[in-house]
Amino acid sequence: MTTREDRTRSRRRRELAVGVPGVAVALALLAATFFVLPFIALLVDITWSDLPDLLTSPSALDALALSLRTAIPATLICIVLGVPLALVLARTNFPGRTLTRSIVLVPLVIPPVVAGIILTEAFGRSGLLGEQLSAFGIDIAFTTAAVVMAQTFVSLPFMVTSLESHLGSSGQHFERMAQSLGASKWRTFVTITLPLLRPGLISGTVLTFARALGEFGATITFAGSLQGTTRTMPLEIYLARETDPDAAVALSLVLILVAIAVIAVAYFRPTKNTDSVAS
Amino acid sequence: MRHRFATLLTVTALVLTGCSGATGGGNADSARDRSLTVFAAASLQQAFDDMSEGFTAEHPRISIEFNYAGSSTLLQNLESGAPADILATADEATMEMAQQAGLIDRPTRELFAANTLVGIVPDDNPANIATLEDANANGVNLVVCASQVPCGALAQSVADATGTTLNPVSEEQQVSDVLGKVRSGQADAGLVYATDAALASDEVSTFELEGAQDQPNNYPIAQTANSSDREAAAAFIEYVQSDAGQAVLQDLGFAAPQDPDDS
Repeated sequence: MTTREDRTRSRRRRELAVGVPGVAVALALLAATFFVLPFIALLVDITWSDLPDLLTSPSALDALALSLRTAIPATLICIVLGVPLALVLARTNFPGRTLTRSIVLVPLVIPPVVAGIILTEAFGRSGLLGEQLSAFGIDIAFTTAAVVMAQTFVSLPFMVTSLESHLGSSGQHFERMAQSLGASKWRTFVTITLPLLRPGLISGTVLTFARALGEFGATITFAGSLQGTTRTMPLEIYLARETDPDAAVALSLVLILVAIAVIAVAYFRPTKNTDSVAS
Repeated sequence: MRHRFATLLTVTALVLTGCSGATGGGNADSARDRSLTVFAAASLQQAFDDMSEGFTAEHPRISIEFNYAGSSTLLQNLESGAPADILATADEATMEMAQQAGLIDRPTRELFAANTLVGIVPDDNPANIATLEDANANGVNLVVCASQVPCGALAQSVADATGTTLNPVSEEQQVSDVLGKVRSGQADAGLVYATDAALASDEVSTFELEGAQDQPNNYPIAQTANSSDREAAAAFIEYVQSDAGQAVLQDLGFAAPQDPDDS
């Protein structure tokens, strides 16, 4: 939105910075404290000397490995399915488009346990599709595949929404130009649309991976909980809480560190701001 | 457009974080003079709800608020200072921990009921199961509680007593999760408490586990160390042990408490 004129004007007025109302600063401080305090409390609560033992226990290592082994494929599936889905929802017009879009967003707002219940209704052994699959000897419940499905189900909307918002704001004139110059639809998609989508794809991937990594309710309801097969980090943390709260705290730290690492890798590096091109 | 999505994401985050289990809010009746807060194991919900009527009839001036949750969750709540007058857990180990932590008033501790472990199968019993051995066979989806929670520890020890190594497809956090997976037909068999099986008797069939009778799971009850109304708390514990209280428990499938051989 900012024009060159705006920018020069703001530069001229720099000494007279508008600033922020004191109330806003105070509330912002409160908000920051609210966010940061639990993490500080976690660090204070950890028995650092026990940490190596707690984190290298076989159940903890199994849980971490399983979490990565499921969240990564789930994220890849979300990319492969989410990009076309977002594209179709944003750029085509078909009857029931609004309804489809609403349904895609439903996993965002329902409790994950509900997601697990409806997945069971569909793919569980006596479920709608599960019964047919079962007849072919395919049993999804209680397998690692069920974990990936649960994670994909709850995190796909994150991919679709972040892509859709970029598709919506970037317009289509570059694509139209490319096609008027004779580029095929596929070539236009690969050389124009995808590069333009990059920021959305990155934030979508981060959100998707983070959501998949943190997935709990749908997994425990649909996939079950067995060490090395379906018991991911969140399930392990919840179970450890029963008998060994210290271990739960230590594992929480690991999950938080992984999350911070993912966010850092995705955001804290120079990326070209393609947004301004479109606006 | 983007604003709308941002809002949606925020709302989502709020919803996601707000989805964990709710605690039963009580009916704080200011007209009553005294109120009693009872922290009880989730498996006691039906029994204590049923008993509260009879108790209030006998003690009209005392109103009771119940908080039902997993025994170890209750213990953690007490440790972090939640106000309660009575603690009733589903196993003696958790009560022992509460006692070690000085959270309960030791002389008031009593055993008031017992539960045994049984096997359950979906009503149509697709895998044709009648014994633990059948349920434990390869290819059978057996679901048990994780050994970190009381029902799982009991399952482990019942299996150990018969020289069986459990071979489950899933180890759940709570009995209700085991029940849910058998009810929905996801699992072929599950190990749960007799009382849970009784509550779901229209959807699941029960089979006996060899040796389970010898390993009852005793339910202890005690006043908390910082109970604000010891008299009312004592009255409730007395009622639970009375004929009326015991009758309610028996109706729901609980047995009388038994002293285990060791300990």
